[in-house]
Amino acid sequence: MGVNRRKFLKIAGMSTLGAAAVPASSALAAVNPIEWLDKKLGGFTPFETLLHLFHTPVGFKPGEALTGKQWVMVVNVKELDDEIAEACRETCHRVHNVPQIDNPRHEIKWIWHSEYKHVFTGQHNEHIAEKYHHLPFLVMCNHCENPACVRVCPTKATFKRKQDGIVLMDMHRCIGCRFCMAACPFGARSFNWIIPWPRESAGTLPRFRKGKEPPNPEYPTRVKGVVEKCNFCAERLAKGQIPACVEVCQEAAKEKGKEPALAFGDLADPDSEVRELLHSHFSIRRKPELGTGPNVYYIV
Amino acid sequence: MLEKAFVGGRKYWTWMACLLGIMGLGFIMWLWQFRVGLGITGLSRDVSWGFYIGQFTYLVGVAAAGVMVVIPYYIHNYKAFGRITILAEFMAVGAVSMCLLFILVDLGNPVRALNVMLHPTPGSVLFWDMIVLNGYLFLNIFIGWNVLSAERKGSLPPGWIKPFIYLSIPWAISIHTVTAYLYAGLPGRHFWLTAVMAPRFLSSAFCAGPSLLILLCLIVRKTTRFDPGKEQILTLGGIVAYALILNVFLFVCELFTVFYSQIPGHMDHFTYLFFGLHGQGNLAPMMWAAFGLMAMAIILLVIPACRRDEGILAVACVLTIIGTWIDKGFGLVVGGFVPNPLHEVTEYWPTLPEALIALGVWATGLLIISVLYKVATTVKEEGEQKRA
Ligand code: SF4
Ligand code: SF4
Repeated sequence: MGVNRRKFLKIAGMSTLGAAAVPASSALAAVNPIEWLDKKLGGFTPFETLLHLFHTPVGFKPGEALTGKQWVMVVNVKELDDEIAEACRETCHRVHNVPQIDNPRHEIKWIWHSEYKHVFTGQHNEHIAEKYHHLPFLVMCNHCENPACVRVCPTKATFKRKQDGIVLMDMHRCIGCRFCMAACPFGARSFNWIIPWPRESAGTLPRFRKGKEPPNPEYPTRVKGVVEKCNFCAERLAKGQIPACVEVCQEAAKEKGKEPALAFGDLADPDSEVRELLHSHFSIRRKPELGTGPNVYYIV
Repeated sequence: MLEKAFVGGRKYWTWMACLLGIMGLGFIMWLWQFRVGLGITGLSRDVSWGFYIGQFTYLVGVAAAGVMVVIPYYIHNYKAFGRITILAEFMAVGAVSMCLLFILVDLGNPVRALNVMLHPTPGSVLFWDMIVLNGYLFLNIFIGWNVLSAERKGSLPPGWIKPFIYLSIPWAISIHTVTAYLYAGLPGRHFWLTAVMAPRFLSSAFCAGPSLLILLCLIVRKTTRFDPGKEQILTLGGIVAYALILNVFLFVCELFTVFYSQIPGHMDHFTYLFFGLHGQGNLAPMMWAAFGLMAMAIILLVIPACRRDEGILAVACVLTIIGTWIDKGFGLVVGGFVPNPLHEVTEYWPTLPEALIALGVWATGLLIISVLYKVATTVKEEGEQKRA
């Protein structure tokens, strides 16, 4: 997997170098100027870049971003153990200021793990090899090809980003109708049932969550009454970083000399690591029969 | 005409004061919910819609049922219903108002509600639901008010109101169809993913709505000098009977498909509702009660002697209302969420504040209906006095 890891870094590096290299090559090859600009701006349209000047996704710098046509996650189930799964969950929730709520009814989960029979409902049978029964299958939003959540949202607060296929949430627009939660067939969405961070109510607080501060000052907090979910670390991709959970897995793999449990990449790129993984392994997706086209693959 | 709502006897004012009291209590509870979040309800990550949306769904039906009076009168020229069309329309106004309020109290961010209009999204059924509900509210106020004004002046309603009345008929069907589509097009929610959802909604609407109207007519007769009429009430009774039987029939169709096909994902929801799943089933007694009540109501309604007795008819109506209310206002919504997409069972039960907020909304709707009925019956009383 070392090669693949390098490839990752290569993508990251290229996009920084790209800023300098692209103009020269484009002059030579006389490429479409719009495409050139598009690349230069790191996959964002000029309009979006303008928008970002006023409404910055944290740390976004044109040219540095990781870009792809359709990001996918590949979960290498055999490499998962409780420790890794928990590390992914903890890191993701920390970097995204996901409120930690003990009451399971009000819990907010971007990434978590569950048993095979819960993750692959309908594909379960009693005779599946014992070791699979209790493996911690990581689950998150599938950033579906044809997302039901986007279809039903009455405000476009949740939308599929055209340039790279990530399904995003605008937590400033969401009215909290929770139609998307009813529509998502994977239970990937969470609602802020209670005040997520104390600062919202400026001083006079209800009794819960007093005094806790959001751990990552760079990532926005949100208010109660909005829906949230995994964003494939869009804010990190914009800075040229891979998703936090994937980074955790890569580091753990390096330490233990194993393969990383998570891989992330561009499905549209034939040379990407994820394409290679999917090519050489048998993989499944959750509830493909529903036609949402999940972009999280499980190698079993 | 509205001034007529401000003249009333002691009973009228006591009733209004009670409603205002309940509304006030509900409002205080809602302020609390507004401040600390929807966490004060029994809702959860797994059951993310509950009591509020259930009431909303139920009341859309009650509102739509106005057409059961409008169609016979305006299309089939069944003259007797001319006396009560205004009551049906004003009941619809109250019901749609409650619908809109229930949506509002269910929103996590009510102050942003206008986003639905600022960012119109024709692909979302909720967007259309907002349009048809508001349109229906407008149509009923507009038609009802104009027809009543004409009646007060002793003249016929203006001719240009007719197109609006005809428009209100498909519109009524549309509000409940679109509401059914909120549910019936979601992949992965097998309980709702059925083509008979809209027909079932309509059939339950057409029994619950007229039942409520019958009760309202009886109350109007008791409390005012205007008598909606025996024939009218009995005909409504017949409509309830047909619709209720159709409702149960469609439910049986659903049961057949689900249990004969034996597809676990489809059966689980029904199993949960009626027998419990993984040892959890706190809705089961209510669901059995719902269908028990509906069965009793059917028996009372199909025996002609019973149906024609207004006392027994009233009982059958109450049974119908409660039965369909549990089925649609509770089981339908919660049943769709249990088990959840990961096949885990999280149960739902409304909390006290949640119930009080819902009660407050009901009180608001009843207040609107009371005011409008007061106006309507006063105009009718005066008209009859003049003619006499
Ligand atoms: S997994 Fe659910 S929330 Fe994520 S894109 Fe698909 S439907 Fe939407
Ligand atoms: S809760 Fe928010 S994101 Fe979900 S459908 Fe409603 S407005 Fe859209």
